[in-house]
Amino acid sequence: MTIDRRSFLGVASMAAIAAPSLVRAQGAGPIKVGEINSYTAQPAFLKPYRQGWELALEQINAAGGVMGRKIETIFRDDGGKPEDAVRHAGDLVNAEKVDLLSGGFLSNVGLAIADFAKQNKKLYVASEPLSDAVVWANGNRYTFRLRPSTYMQAAMLVEEAAKLPAKKWALVAPNYEYGQSGVRWFKELLKKAKPDVEFVAEQFPALGRIDAGATVQALEASKPDAIFNVTFGADLSNFVRQGNTRGLFEGRSVVSMLTGEPEYLDPLGAEAPVGWIVTGYPHADIQTPEHVKFRDAYKAKYNDYPRLGSVVGFDTMNSIAAALAKAGSTDTEKLVDALEGLKFPSAFGSAEYRAIDHQSTLGAYVGKTAVKDGKGTMVDWTYRDGAKYLPDDAEVKKLRPAG
Amino acid sequence: MSVVLQQSRAPAMAGDPVLVVRDLAKSFGGVRAVDGVSFSVEAGTMLALIGPNGAGKTTCFNMLNGQLRPDKGEVLLGGRPITGMKPRAVWRMGVGRTFQITATFTSMTVRENVQMALISHAGEIWSPFGRARDRHKAAADALLAQVGMVEQAERACGVLAYGDLKRVELAVALANQPKLLLMDEPTAGMAPRERIELMALTAEIAAAKGIAVLFTEHDMDVVFTHSDSVIVLDRGLLIAHGTAEEVRRDPNVRAVYLGSGATSGGH
Amino acid sequence: MIDLILTQTLNGLASASSLFLVASGLSIIFGVTRIVNFAHGSLYMLGAYLAWTLVSYLGPADTFGFWGGVLLAALLVGLAGVLIEVLILRRIYQAPELFQLLATFGVVLMLQDLALATWGPEDKLGPRAPGFKSFVILFDNRFPTYELFLIAVGPLVLGLLWFLFQKTRWGTLVRAATQDREMVGALGVNQRLLFTSVFAFGSMLAGLGGALQLPREAVNLHMDLAMISEAFVVVVVGGLGSVTGAYLAAVLIGILHAFGILIFPKITLVLVFLVMAVVLVVKPYGLMGRAPVGHARGHGPAEPLLLPADRLTKLAGLLALALLALTPIFAPDYLLSTLTELIIFALFAASLHFMMGPGGMASFGHAAYFGLGAYGAALAVKWLGAPMEPALVFAPFLAGIAGVVFGWFCVRLSGVYLAMLTLAFAQIAWATAFQWVELTGGDNGILGVWPSAWASSKTAYFYLTLGVCAVSIVALRLTIFSPLGYGLRAARDNPLRAEAIGLDVMRIQWVAFIVAAFAAGIAGALFAFSKGSVFPTYMAIPRSVDALLMVLLGGVQTVSGPIIGAFAYAGLSEQLMKATMYWRFGLGLSIVLLVILFPRGLVGGSLLLVERWCRRPEAAATARLAAEGGR
Repeated sequence: MTIDRRSFLGVASMAAIAAPSLVRAQGAGPIKVGEINSYTAQPAFLKPYRQGWELALEQINAAGGVMGRKIETIFRDDGGKPEDAVRHAGDLVNAEKVDLLSGGFLSNVGLAIADFAKQNKKLYVASEPLSDAVVWANGNRYTFRLRPSTYMQAAMLVEEAAKLPAKKWALVAPNYEYGQSGVRWFKELLKKAKPDVEFVAEQFPALGRIDAGATVQALEASKPDAIFNVTFGADLSNFVRQGNTRGLFEGRSVVSMLTGEPEYLDPLGAEAPVGWIVTGYPHADIQTPEHVKFRDAYKAKYNDYPRLGSVVGFDTMNSIAAALAKAGSTDTEKLVDALEGLKFPSAFGSAEYRAIDHQSTLGAYVGKTAVKDGKGTMVDWTYRDGAKYLPDDAEVKKLRPAG
Repeated sequence: MSVVLQQSRAPAMAGDPVLVVRDLAKSFGGVRAVDGVSFSVEAGTMLALIGPNGAGKTTCFNMLNGQLRPDKGEVLLGGRPITGMKPRAVWRMGVGRTFQITATFTSMTVRENVQMALISHAGEIWSPFGRARDRHKAAADALLAQVGMVEQAERACGVLAYGDLKRVELAVALANQPKLLLMDEPTAGMAPRERIELMALTAEIAAAKGIAVLFTEHDMDVVFTHSDSVIVLDRGLLIAHGTAEEVRRDPNVRAVYLGSGATSGGH
Repeated sequence: MIDLILTQTLNGLASASSLFLVASGLSIIFGVTRIVNFAHGSLYMLGAYLAWTLVSYLGPADTFGFWGGVLLAALLVGLAGVLIEVLILRRIYQAPELFQLLATFGVVLMLQDLALATWGPEDKLGPRAPGFKSFVILFDNRFPTYELFLIAVGPLVLGLLWFLFQKTRWGTLVRAATQDREMVGALGVNQRLLFTSVFAFGSMLAGLGGALQLPREAVNLHMDLAMISEAFVVVVVGGLGSVTGAYLAAVLIGILHAFGILIFPKITLVLVFLVMAVVLVVKPYGLMGRAPVGHARGHGPAEPLLLPADRLTKLAGLLALALLALTPIFAPDYLLSTLTELIIFALFAASLHFMMGPGGMASFGHAAYFGLGAYGAALAVKWLGAPMEPALVFAPFLAGIAGVVFGWFCVRLSGVYLAMLTLAFAQIAWATAFQWVELTGGDNGILGVWPSAWASSKTAYFYLTLGVCAVSIVALRLTIFSPLGYGLRAARDNPLRAEAIGLDVMRIQWVAFIVAAFAAGIAGALFAFSKGSVFPTYMAIPRSVDALLMVLLGGVQTVSGPIIGAFAYAGLSEQLMKATMYWRFGLGLSIVLLVILFPRGLVGGSLLLVERWCRRPEAAATARLAAEGGR
């Protein structure tokens, strides 16, 4: 039934659109952003993400929008499938006539949209996908990425890991690109920083399917001095619980990617690990004016504290608005030129989309986990500016064939 | 292969043994289901295989049609060994077959069921193009006419009366111009009048075409009316062989079989 | 070393318990009702969520609060099972084989969104179980006491089930029904009550399995699908309907997991499917399963008559094709890309229908051939520098060759066993694409697979797709009505009879398998060029399920069913995905409603209605059968 009516409406509206399309002057209506993400497949991160995005959008439009035009977002769910993301991208560009694309959580989704952007010469601002390939191996003129990449997060942690006395390292990471490159960079950079380390065990549980007891036992059997963890979400919770009971973490240093993000730390409650060196987001304790303003606005709107996803959504929208304002146009080529070297305001302070590889210099907080009032939190943290954790320009040029 | 088929299809004369079974045996876990059975069937004649339940009829039958491989003995069809061949190979040698519970293709019409067998017989099964419905239509109708089903050629097999289904099966079994027809309980589940009609029809076709018929049967009326000769199995052993009248009078048979009370009717 | 081996064995046994609870429920339900319950993983997830809520409410630290919450959660899931059975499944027992799977899949989708709406997106880490919070030292390692408790639960439940089945009247009925459904009907047993109670009982076991995971695993929204494929593997490896077999298989898989981690840490996900493939090749009915008595496809109604299209239907088909061919004149680009995709799915569904409808071989892993076609194209472009045209020609052969190899094994089985073996092969193909990063780029896929210049416009590619797919679909159709297609149907309708008229059933099915794989490969290759990229998700389980749903939704017993089904399903999900973030609930609900309204599929059901309207003189039964089969 639904199809019949819908397709009928589709044909009808098609006819309606076809005629006046010439009349619809460019630039009269709102600026449209097509935002594609795995909303249903990864709701823990993306629900706060969308809220952060909508907060920024509301603020921008309340201030009169950009170039006197409001910004409008069309959200699409890719269900975690890159092929559906590509379909949405085509639909958003061709049917909805969006001015640019954004979003992407999973790396392969980000890469698929990036390739679409390149093929169709449309701007794509990748907010979340961490894969280095998005801006390096598969980087292209039309793709920019906000979040610190796998490389950058690994580099921030290696700096701390190298200070530890540990020689024998065991590694555990989810078995997909993010986990694999996290481990690869960590090993490569740590070996460079401290040549006498050795890696005694590697575990790659399937994403979302960790057999935590057996994995902990396998790591324990290698008797490492320290552990590097890349698992997150439910895998992390299960790993931590089994590891706590079985004493895997006792007397060992643990270095862990993303674990300090509220998305992953909060579900652990009082069982959150203590003393792990992590990247993350100590939302309650950051008192910079930009952050306080963001946090207060977020709390006021949603009666909830922001997660890291909220920051990413908020910042992505703001960086897009800044690019539009700088370009003074919605023309893709002008927007790309504007984004190269664009400085934009962020909840973490100012950041910049680098001209050389289109990676933003947004950083992350590195600190230690602790438990306070029955909840996991971060202590002894510092903000690490992303700009400092990227390879030098010559290296970047080698990594990014697109130039 | 086609040469062999051509030769094997030379019209058989009444009196030639079409099927020769020698010393056939099969055990299941130490139990001798069929134990050294020998007999033969001549062209144009009907041989009934009878015996009480568990006598080894089905085992014996399945060794002839290829579903079971005998432990010992041999089966000759027109002088050629078919022992241990698969069902489809046995069929290619010229053996037609009907099942105790009718086996037809429910998604096809009556005619298509026969056409299917004719297509297989003509070796056209691997052709991925050309409508199967248009092939061997006349031949199929001729076969259906023989069994009196041509009026119902367009009907689905799924909706036929049981007796009609049996006739369709007979037409299918005749499609490869068999030298031997194996019929497992051909009248099971039928009304008495239908039984007589079907077996009379079979006898008529067998005689006209010189086909040897071997059938198992529970209904003694059918056996005594329609068989040219009868063999009796009991606990895997062949205990009697002769005309219906001879077997009826055989004291061994009376003791183990007729005495058991199963004089007529089904099971 | 020996310590590690012993500890890992215990770890394996501990994970086996929940797997066994879920799988035994699935197995019992299948045994009695012949329903492949896709929603069983969702019931497991529901059990875990309910337990989390109830335990938090009743007091997690309190012994009574915890265990009471766990048991109550299991009972509530049993109640949910009753609801599903009475509201949905009961109405469609008479539908063709596997059709119920469609309904249960609708339930899966609905429960996903219901859980998200009820419990929110964040994972819930449950409390530890009172009395089992700590560890004991075993073999020089700390071992959680709760894991020891779980190890005991498996055999305990197995024993209870044994007692239930051997010593109670209900259990005897369940066993009898598992062996022979008609017999139970004949014995004058209240079949409805039996089915409902069995479904409730099986659901309860799944709920208990989920609830018992509470102290062990963070409750999350991905638990359902993570569990369901593994539970199916356990049921099939153990032998359908065999509870003891399910236990053995669960232990086997739990232990293999634990040791697989030590030896091949990267292939844990595919290991279970490798095991299943090996078991099924060696023991076609699983470890403890028995060959079905009599007719392999004994359940469900007999296959209805299949007639070639009449003039009117042909005309309608031509008209539809002509309309599609004219679309580019008035349709904008975006509609063309959507239509391109729908046409590709129509071919994909038609290829599955070819082996599933006339061939009677349901595949749970048809995406393997779709994906291999896509990868064939992408690899030719990436590694051989081939342009689109030769890549499109080469791609289906990769799928076809896989069909030759996988098919050879699969046609030796039948029914659900066959379907599960196709799933195992699909998972192996998926894992190859996922893990062989050097060749395939792993989960990042292969990018830059764009069409040649002449076909790069939306219109040109649309015509290319329409042309290739129309020719392929017509070819499949012609084959269905050719001698080969008739032979295939003969083999499905009655394999014994087919052999008895000289047909080599296995070889015919093998050829059909290869044809279906090849055609799916064509669809996959076209899909790759329309998307510009290829990913392992192309051959992942959800895509196989999509194909299955399209065929079932359209009507497996009709020839045009898969095409209508593809347009309906893919079109519906596309529109819903655009319209709402709760598209899964909408899609699930639509599927359930369609299943109840059209228990023969969309085409089969519509034909039935038309036929009833016209009231032909032929007996009602004939009319019905002919109508359902036709066109």
